[in-house]
Amino acid sequence: MKRFAGLLFLVILSTAGSGASPNQQMIHSEKSLYREVLVYEEDGERCMCFTRQCRIGRQSCIYLENPKRFALNYTRMMLAGTLFTGAPPRRVLIVGLGGGSLPTALREILPKAQIDVVEIDPAVTRVARKYFNFREDPQMKVIELDGRVYVKRAIRSGEKYDVILLDAFDHEYIPEHLLTREFLTEVKSLLTPQGVVVGNTFSSSRLYDHESTTYAAVFGTFYNLKAANRVIIARPAGLPDAASIRARAEEYAPVLRGFGMEALDVLPLFSTAADWDPKARVLTDQYSPANLLNQ
Amino acid sequence: MSGRLLQGPAVAVCYVVAFWSGFFVMGVELLGGRILAPNFGSSIYVWGALITVFMLALSLGYLAGGRYSLHAPSLKRLGGLLGVAALTTLPVLPLSGLPLEELSIRITDPRYGSLAAAVLLFFIPTFFSGMVSPYCVRLLVDAEESSGRRAGQLYFVSTFGSAAGTLLTSFFLVKWFEVNTLLIATIIVSLALSVLSLLVAGRRA
Repeated sequence: MKRFAGLLFLVILSTAGSGASPNQQMIHSEKSLYREVLVYEEDGERCMCFTRQCRIGRQSCIYLENPKRFALNYTRMMLAGTLFTGAPPRRVLIVGLGGGSLPTALREILPKAQIDVVEIDPAVTRVARKYFNFREDPQMKVIELDGRVYVKRAIRSGEKYDVILLDAFDHEYIPEHLLTREFLTEVKSLLTPQGVVVGNTFSSSRLYDHESTTYAAVFGTFYNLKAANRVIIARPAGLPDAASIRARAEEYAPVLRGFGMEALDVLPLFSTAADWDPKARVLTDQYSPANLLNQ
Repeated sequence: MSGRLLQGPAVAVCYVVAFWSGFFVMGVELLGGRILAPNFGSSIYVWGALITVFMLALSLGYLAGGRYSLHAPSLKRLGGLLGVAALTTLPVLPLSGLPLEELSIRITDPRYGSLAAAVLLFFIPTFFSGMVSPYCVRLLVDAEESSGRRAGQLYFVSTFGSAAGTLLTSFFLVKWFEVNTLLIATIIVSLALSVLSLLVAGRRA
């Protein structure tokens, strides 16, 4: 009986805990200069993780049966920010590759667009190619560089992007120089006049207030989409209104259905309500303890 | 050689200077990572470049500090070394803006760019900081047989200072203050200790 109780306890632990479940299998691991890049499979899903606690730190996931279908919700929110906010973008910059579901989807949805992805870690790019069907071609290239260094260079060489997606964060480590007023100002100056910034950020911890005031300091009012993740959508030329967002969502709805995304479902998430402490200190190159604030 | 060069409070001041110099070096090194990040990123090689420059500057500083202690060693001169290390840190403030950006344009490989930046900003102050410890040893050693013990105590104090500087800066100080505020504050503490050394040395003379 005692043994049974023990067994029962173990079963409960393994189903309730965030650790590896019995079905979860590690199919690849490689150590890079920055981290360990792991690939897990579980119940027909394949995920890229940077920690062995894969449930909470999933960078990117695909369904093995249908790799096109988005497995993570934040991808839908990022895509909504890219597609529903203006004319179809011709040049897109993505900072942070992960498994590459976002660039892969955009490459298909926007066949004429030039997509530049900046990824600091060559191991992530390798794993994305090998396990997540990420493919480069003349219109979609990966630049192996620190995001900030790339942005500064692109400004100097006079490049402009219609949409810039910031997706370089991980649930436990933030490159702090990519979350400052100065960096966002640089990103802003890299946009075309109608350009849009879409940032995947944090929905909890004290950092929420600080990143909100930092984005507000650079972009003014922004759309704040909150689910498990938080996606910020900002446009220096002024935010598009609800009607135009809906119109574009309807336009893209049939295509997005192919990715397992109901375009209209994302619309209620668009909010401009400022639900943060407006007095939170703005993050700057001089003051950027993002990781300490995320504890 | 007979007896120790320093007595009473001067001994304590010598240890405090060694502790603070260790604290100062690591505090500045961590802030250095933040100063380089906007232009060179925070890749592993940026930290590699920074640590290389600090280690190199310290190692040469040790040599120079030992040599400098051969001629009329005094607490006054020790205070002078600390003061020079603090004052040569001041240029970091104006250099960390546009000049670093300029450098990152000239040297496009972020590895060599960050190496050059680290040399430009931190080599000289860290060299002078490195001179402090061997110079302190000279001031504290009272007899041949206890020289190893004195050196050990000094290493302890200065490396403990480095540990404290690393922990406090990375865990707490950057959460409360701006990078430049911290730099100026550490420079002020160094200058205050430098003046203290001069005062204590003057009183004994």
